[in-house]
Amino acid sequence: MDPGQFFASSRILIVAGKGGVGKTAASATLALAAARTGLTVLVVEVAGRLDSAPMFGVDPQGYDEQTVYHASSTGPIRCRSITPDAALVDWLSNHGFTRIVRRMSRSGLLEIVATATPGIKELLVLGQIKHLEQSRVADLIIVDAPAAGHALNFLRAPVAVRNTARTGVLRRQATEALEMLKDSERCRALLVTIAEETPIKELVETAFAVEDEVGLALGPVVVNSVLGAIDTLDESLDRDRLDVAGSGDGLTSDQLDDLVTAASFRRDRMALQVDQLDSLAQQLPLAQIRLPHLFTTSIGLAELKRLADAADRSIEEITVPGD
Amino acid sequence: MNSNPTSSTAADSYADLVARKRVIVACGTGGVGKTTMAAATAVAAAQSGRRAVVVTIDPAKRLADALGIDRLGNTPTEIDGAWPGTVGAMMLDTKSTFDDVVTRHATSSEQTEHIFNNRFYVNVSTELPGTQDYMAVEKLNELHFSGEWDLVVVDTPPTRDALAFFEAPKLLTRLLDNTIYKLLISPHPGVLRAVNRAAGGVVRRLSRVVGAEVVDDAIEFFQAFQGMEEGFKQRADETLALLASDETAFVLVASPRNDTISEALYFLKRLADANLSVHAVVINRILAAMSTSAEEAAQLHARLDQGPLAGAAQALLDHVNTAAGDGDRIAQLMAYVPDATLTTVPLMPSDVHDIPMLSRIAELLAQDAR
Repeated sequence: MDPGQFFASSRILIVAGKGGVGKTAASATLALAAARTGLTVLVVEVAGRLDSAPMFGVDPQGYDEQTVYHASSTGPIRCRSITPDAALVDWLSNHGFTRIVRRMSRSGLLEIVATATPGIKELLVLGQIKHLEQSRVADLIIVDAPAAGHALNFLRAPVAVRNTARTGVLRRQATEALEMLKDSERCRALLVTIAEETPIKELVETAFAVEDEVGLALGPVVVNSVLGAIDTLDESLDRDRLDVAGSGDGLTSDQLDDLVTAASFRRDRMALQVDQLDSLAQQLPLAQIRLPHLFTTSIGLAELKRLADAADRSIEEITVPGD
Repeated sequence: MNSNPTSSTAADSYADLVARKRVIVACGTGGVGKTTMAAATAVAAAQSGRRAVVVTIDPAKRLADALGIDRLGNTPTEIDGAWPGTVGAMMLDTKSTFDDVVTRHATSSEQTEHIFNNRFYVNVSTELPGTQDYMAVEKLNELHFSGEWDLVVVDTPPTRDALAFFEAPKLLTRLLDNTIYKLLISPHPGVLRAVNRAAGGVVRRLSRVVGAEVVDDAIEFFQAFQGMEEGFKQRADETLALLASDETAFVLVASPRNDTISEALYFLKRLADANLSVHAVVINRILAAMSTSAEEAAQLHARLDQGPLAGAAQALLDHVNTAAGDGDRIAQLMAYVPDATLTTVPLMPSDVHDIPMLSRIAELLAQDAR
């Protein structure tokens, strides 16, 4: 599939996954890949961490919207934050509680409201995203979903609220958010994982639950931090044979040890990764966008470009049914 | 890191903690192997002859299978292994632990029944942020005072908020202390009436936006809990005293990756702000140390490019580049907790999902002598 077509096929991409799988890097990568197809992109960070801007080489400027990237050949990428706590306060302010919302927060009444209606904060975040979508603030909105807890809690929030609030303004909010989530031209979810057992297990559970309970369309799975294959690593490396064959000419004993250790460790990790990727593909018949493991300690613009290139390659390999 | 043995006598080694403490709490953000480290800590205690139990939260399936635990029961199962002590393991069932707590504090079976049927209670006992922590602490308390265990190891839910666990025991009392609801459920004559009317106005408006049933359920919940506040308060105080006592140790589990170290730093800062500290830091998934430096590896990579060792040279270069800076990052973390002991556990070639591997990690934890 052409990346242009891929990124134009819905107006919101919700990037969701368990903490520690690199959700923010995946969001930033997709934002860059989308901007390179000429779209204007808005990244919405829900976790309140402001981690996206530094990846584009820009200092985060609080929770307000800021442009983080705009090359001459691409659409602009803007970034803003919507936190669940702030969404609840905003919403109550807009519904007749302007004067007392601070007191409600201090007295613990906000906590009681949130407890009485599980999912209310997440739902209100989705409500704000829906508002952004309908005001057409950008061609594509990429949502970096909250990391805390299960990814499912965020995506299922409108269903949870509808189950508790049977009347009132809130129920209407939930119904509208659900309509947005169910319409694949408006919204799709991309679930992120790494090639390890626990995050894959959670991703598979989440995938089935969001399709069944929410009716949200799933895009390809994003697999982060995939170790690249090394062609010449397959032949077994044996320290004794190396010494005898003399292929380690000019290498110190320490260097030979390190080479053998690194090669055998990499082979083991690769084998584990292959198992995990197979198990993911078996459990979940979705296309995969594979992003390479970068052997660097942090992600900046140079790394994002490499990741976006890899994303493009994966997207190009996706076959469109019926084409 | 300091290798001078006389400089670090203040800290108990991990082996000391495992051998002497009555409670060990494994904390930290998710995805770093916290559950595995908690289980290995219990195994280490059993290896030194103690009766240890580990309370896990949402373990990976294969680890749970290896430990022989599942969601049923909510009580420890004993694991067979070649150790002189005993290892019990269980998976925390938040809802049924909460139900047990209510049953214990309730004054009558009608009250219990009434609470169990309330939807607000169902939310509190399953979905409220902090409930999992609260129930983990409750389970800890229950197992500790049962007298059946020398050491209780508790895994904590993944969180960014270091204080969630310490605030957890007060979760219910905080809700029950809410002033507005006190006014609502006990309408007194006189001065309070005006305040009460004002609160009533807020509640009516809330009913319009969030739905009347939701508000009714909440009010009913608070009415149902009347008379139980004191019991919950005493229990919370007892638990907090145990957590603060010399019998308890806190272990921060992290990985050497840049982003997890920053998360761990944030975690420690939050603890320090509240005058809390950790006794030990376990850095999990550390890459094996190589004697080849990054520059040397790059040279080797260039030199061996076309030969049979090209793949190995690539693997070595990737390895040292990934590990580069691990030591600095760990030192930065330890500077926040100078009194804590540091233990490192290597990244294993495969996932930890059987008792022999868990025993191996237990040995690594207990032997690491700074």
